[in-house]
Amino acid sequence: MDVIAANRSATNFMGMGAKPVVVASLDDIRKTYYMGTLSVEVLHGISLDFYGGDYISIMGPSGCGKSTLMNILGCLDQPTSGKYFLGSEDTSQMADDELSTIRGARLGFIFQSYNLIQQLNVLENIEMPLFYQGYSEAASHAKALALAERVGLGDRVDHKPFELSGGQQQRVAIARALAVDPLIILADEPTGNLDSKSGAEILDLFDELHSQGKTLIMVTHSNELAERTERSIRLRDGLVESDERRRTA
Amino acid sequence: MPDTHVNVLKPSASFNYVRLKKITQVGVKSIYSHGLRSLLTVLGIVIGVAAVIAMMAVSEGASFEAQQQFRDLGANNILLKSIKPVEVEEASNRGFGPPQAIVYGLTNADIETIRQSIPGVTNVIASRIVKKTVWNGGRNINSDVVGTAVDYPVSRNYNLRVGRFFSETEVRDHSNVVVLSDEVARSLFPIDDPLGGTVKIDSDYYKIVGIMEPEGFSNLGQNQAGSSNSASTRIFIPFTSSKSRFGETTTRQTAGGMESETVELHEAIIQLEDQEQVIEVGDIIGQILTRRHKKVDYAVEIPLALLRQAEASALRDQIVAGAIAGISLLVGGIGIMNIMLASVTERTREIGIRRALGAKKHDIILQFLIEAVILSGVGGVIGVVLGIIIPVIISLFWGMTTIVTPITPLLAFSISALIGVIFGLYPSMRAADMDPVEALRHE
Repeated sequence: MDVIAANRSATNFMGMGAKPVVVASLDDIRKTYYMGTLSVEVLHGISLDFYGGDYISIMGPSGCGKSTLMNILGCLDQPTSGKYFLGSEDTSQMADDELSTIRGARLGFIFQSYNLIQQLNVLENIEMPLFYQGYSEAASHAKALALAERVGLGDRVDHKPFELSGGQQQRVAIARALAVDPLIILADEPTGNLDSKSGAEILDLFDELHSQGKTLIMVTHSNELAERTERSIRLRDGLVESDERRRTA
Repeated sequence: MPDTHVNVLKPSASFNYVRLKKITQVGVKSIYSHGLRSLLTVLGIVIGVAAVIAMMAVSEGASFEAQQQFRDLGANNILLKSIKPVEVEEASNRGFGPPQAIVYGLTNADIETIRQSIPGVTNVIASRIVKKTVWNGGRNINSDVVGTAVDYPVSRNYNLRVGRFFSETEVRDHSNVVVLSDEVARSLFPIDDPLGGTVKIDSDYYKIVGIMEPEGFSNLGQNQAGSSNSASTRIFIPFTSSKSRFGETTTRQTAGGMESETVELHEAIIQLEDQEQVIEVGDIIGQILTRRHKKVDYAVEIPLALLRQAEASALRDQIVAGAIAGISLLVGGIGIMNIMLASVTERTREIGIRRALGAKKHDIILQFLIEAVILSGVGGVIGVVLGIIIPVIISLFWGMTTIVTPITPLLAFSISALIGVIFGLYPSMRAADMDPVEALRHE
């Protein structure tokens, strides 16, 4: 981790006086999909560093490779070549079980369609990543309760997802993403299914998380959303088109 | 500095009690959420397991009954019986005139020859069976009067209900004593205690000394001796008394006139000291009798051989019954597989979510496998209970002997649980092998 940080000329964007920590870095990531004899390279070599506390939006037209990049960042998919360091580990050569573990331990996912499990109540949904990390029942229970409180659903812990509004469901998903104290929270169009009011509430929550030092990476189509983030990355045709820091704290 | 130096790839305790409990809870929840579907799936296993146990119990009971009949005849015994030869029967019915006595069957000389030429014969119980009407005052019953030896009950595993069998002294003295079968006792003495009373046969009175247990011996070979109609109407008197009271020639009224026959012995039980020799000795006796008799007016029955046959056919029956029931268990298993495949497809999204949140492949396999095993296990338990109850009901209402051997429910349950594993494994592996990205995209 320190080695990686040293190898990269990290600049102090945040102006906080401390050297920013690289929590994830992509090094010449390429991804080729094979369909029979046909092969399509979707990502043509992407190199990016993500720093602790970053609030990032990834934008780009459809087919630019956003989703593919997101899947690789989420360790749901492996790059064809290149290295992806998450924390200190190179994930690009990891076996399936290791990938599962690292997903569960280091990443938090927030999806457009919330992706809660319908048979489970709010508390059980939040507890799920903890279960796969081998937390004891008591510990995961306490943690999930605290998280439900934190996203403002302390009085709804027994509810099933279908008994909640879209905004509430997304808040459960956020609580679930926070459960393991992930290195990075990955959000894929988190407000895409929400009305503007609940969408705004979710974004307020994101701002709050950011202010608490969480690292957020968000894929979105919306410029409005992207403007709230500190750093905006644009992809085009499988390459990074632009990488801008919008404001400093 | 965030805790990125902590190695998160430590091997997590992936298989412990808490984990298993949690996965089981999730499985139960998912089964509950599809109540009717789960119920129907379980029903398939219930029927399969119950059918296996019940069918095995019925066939086990039937074979036990069949074997018991032969066992009652004695595994150490060889039975000889006199049979009226077919040609003689025709001849005797021909023409009019005075009844012509036909002579056939086993003789004392045959028995003597057998006794002398075959080592290992411990005892020979020869019997004469004469059809007589037995009277108690105004009541009467047609009965087979068996003149026999004192060892008769022991040799056929046929026990007394009350009183005693006649003694050696009574045999020597040609005494007029009689032991009644249960049925005869009940029909002649519906109210009184027959013990100590008398019955009349022809013009003689016989003192009742004992009453046999009901239906203790086999009906095997009835009518073969030409004199018995049903084994349960047999009554027993000393061999010597039979000979001196009734003589050797019996006459009876038939449709064509009078018919008389002379038979020295109707039946003989040859007891051997060694069960191993029974079949071999049976052959030798057959050879001796073939030499001594011009016609086949005898039959050699070896209970042990019949028992072996009964055992073999019982085994065959059980295999057939088991196979048929096993097929229904298999169908139940296919039902489980079907439901699990449907469940996997339906829950593709859930699988994707779980994978994204850190579930390993084996976590997913375990989850679906446990669900399948719960379904088949619950079905198995209910099936075992039903499978034990059904034979009891069959016994109660149809009077069939049913035997549930402890191994059958155990086996049926194990098979059902195994079916859960086998038929749950493929759907579970399919679930685990899904690409998380594809699974998350699934609608």
